[in-house]
Parts: sequence; C-alpha cells; structure tokens
Amino acid sequence: MSDPETNFGRDPHVLLRVISKFLIPLIALFAFYVQFHGDYGPGGGFQAGVILAASVILYALIFGLAEAKKAFPPRLIRYGMTLGVLLYGGTGVVNFILGGEFLNYSNLAHDAAHGQHYGILAVELGVLTTVTTVMIAIFYAFGSRQPETSDEDW
Amino acid sequence: MSLIAAAAAEPTFVVPVLLLDISLLALLVVVAFAIVRMRSLFAIVMLQGVYSLVSAAWFVSLDAVDVAFTEAAVGAGVSTVLMLSAMLLADRKSTPVPMRRQLGALAVVILTGAAMLYAVGDMPAFGDVNSPANTHVGMDFMRKTAEEIKIPNVVTAVLASYRGYDTFGETVVIFSAGLGVLLLLGLNGNAGRWEAKPNGQVIKDRTAPSAAHADDARTIDQKAEGET
Repeated sequence: MSDPETNFGRDPHVLLRVISKFLIPLIALFAFYVQFHGDYGPGGGFQAGVILAASVILYALIFGLAEAKKAFPPRLIRYGMTLGVLLYGGTGVVNFILGGEFLNYSNLAHDAAHGQHYGILAVELGVLTTVTTVMIAIFYAFGSRQPETSDEDW
Repeated sequence: MSLIAAAAAEPTFVVPVLLLDISLLALLVVVAFAIVRMRSLFAIVMLQGVYSLVSAAWFVSLDAVDVAFTEAAVGAGVSTVLMLSAMLLADRKSTPVPMRRQLGALAVVILTGAAMLYAVGDMPAFGDVNSPANTHVGMDFMRKTAEEIKIPNVVTAVLASYRGYDTFGETVVIFSAGLGVLLLLGLNGNAGRWEAKPNGQVIKDRTAPSAAHADDARTIDQKAEGET
C-alpha cells in the first residue's frame, strides 16, 4: 500500500486520483440509472453495461490494475459472462415452459403488458451482466500483458 | 425523387439545425483526414475517440438519442481504452506505407464512394413520412408499443421485446468476443513468461500489471504481492 507521507509531492497524478475517486461512484450510479430507466428514456442494458465497465476501467487506469482486480475480481468475469447469456436465454425458456413463444414475455404475468415489463427487465439485466463483464474481461486481458507504462514512454 | 427536390417540396428543415448538422459532418471529415495523416498511434486512438464523440453529437441532432448514447459510451469511451491497451502491446508509431501500394486501396475507396453517391438519389429524404422505414413495420411498432408493452421508449420495446431475438444474438456475439479474448490472451497475463519489444526496447517483467508509479515503494509492494 502506498504511504501518503512519502508519496506527497512526488505523485504527478494526485489531481486525477482525487477527482476520479469522486467521479467513479457517480459513474457506476449513472450506469444503474441508465439500466433501470431504459424503459422511459434513452439507454438500456448495453449502454449501462458499458458505462459500468468504464467505471471499473477508469479505476484500473488511475489506481492500477492490481487494485482494480481487488475491487472487481477476475473470477467474477467467467460467471458474469455466462450468467448474462443464460439469463437472457433462460427468460425465453421460461416463456416456453409457460406455454408461449420463445422470448414472448406476455405470459410472465397475468397482465400481458406487465409480463412484457418483467421480461424486458430480465433480458436487459442479462445484457448488462454480459456486457459489463466482457468489457472488463477484454481490458484485463490486454492490460495484464503489458508492463507498466512510464511517463516517458509516451 | 432526388434529395434536393424533396427538401424543396417539404420545407421541414430548420436552418440552424441544418447548419449544425453540416458543421458536425464537416468536423467528422476533418478528423478523418487528420487520422489518415497521423503517424503516432496514440494520437490516432485519441482522434478516433473524438470522431465517435462528434458522431454522437450528430446522432443527437438527428434525434437518435439511443444510438448517440451507445456511440458515446462505446465508441468514445470503452473502445478508446481498449485500443490504447491493445496499442501498448504493439508499437507506438505506424510505419508509412509507400504510395505505390496505396493506389489499389484508393481505387476501391473512390469506387465505393462513387457508388454510394450514386445511390443517394434513390434514398428517401430525411424525415420523409412516406419512406419505407416510416410506412411498414416501423409504424406498427410505434402504434402497438403503447397498447401492448406500455412503455414510453419505443426503442427499448423494439430492442428487447419485438426484436428480442436480435438482441439475444448480439449478447451472444459479445459473449463470444469475450470468450475469444479470454482463450487467446487469458485473464492473468503471461504468468511471467512474457517479453515485449515496444519501440525496440526489450521488456521482461514478471509482474506486468502495476500502478502508474514508476519508481516508488508502491511498485515494490505490488511486485512482492504478485510473487507470493
């Protein structure tokens, strides 16, 4: 762990760190707003997933990949990727079992419109999970293969 | 019906919006030429982010907020970072290709551009109520979403319900993209068996990922953590 006493004055990225520490929770919160407000405004699972992944990626860029891997462990990625697709496909299978067509959510509730609501919510949650974890996975995969970038390297 | 004639027949264009559209498109062209002429890959990646952001602004001006949102989040946000991290594995500068070898590509680009310009004459005017997009199934979605799904955002209704199969396919595509990257690169780097030659310098580092610090105690700590 870094010691603030010894780092003070030597860290050229202190502004970045302070500001992004403030911004990252807001970005993650905004992702969930986009996710659950997708029925009413622009947005949905895909955009929310990308924004949520962007908050983790920003964390990794500012505080280092090792710290980010503590915050979002890589083992979550395998589960997240598959669970998202399974949640999407599973919603369709549930429609099957309830006697409807694949991905026709109308039979998920007594009222057809409510069923559509629940279906869209479940499906978007699946998209969110897959997109978030895949984006983070790609970033981790590329980021883990390079040594640290020194400031002179640019 | 040609584009100009349609615009004259239906004076629905608002002049400030038209000027905004034209200037945004002009900006896109400028950025595209700047990208073509650049050699520094870092600057190119950054300019691609700028390109995406300007296109997102243009999509907003076209009232396609969902597309604009995606373009801003994916194009300007994540893909810039992914391109940067991919670039770090390669070189920092692109090698110039001799003019002789670019002639074929130039011919293809000119031909495609000419074909597209030729096809513009057959396109419906922007916002034309009689265009195929506004007459057939699109209108059904607009009408039926209000009674069948009862959510205000028709885009979400089409994406997640009416065209649920497509979105399922997209999700599977993203899943397989992630799967491919994980199979090829792995999540944990190279487990120490790694060597790269950016800009001619050879780097062998057991603990590749680390913080932005170059020379302080933090790096040593992390190296110690990586080895235990």
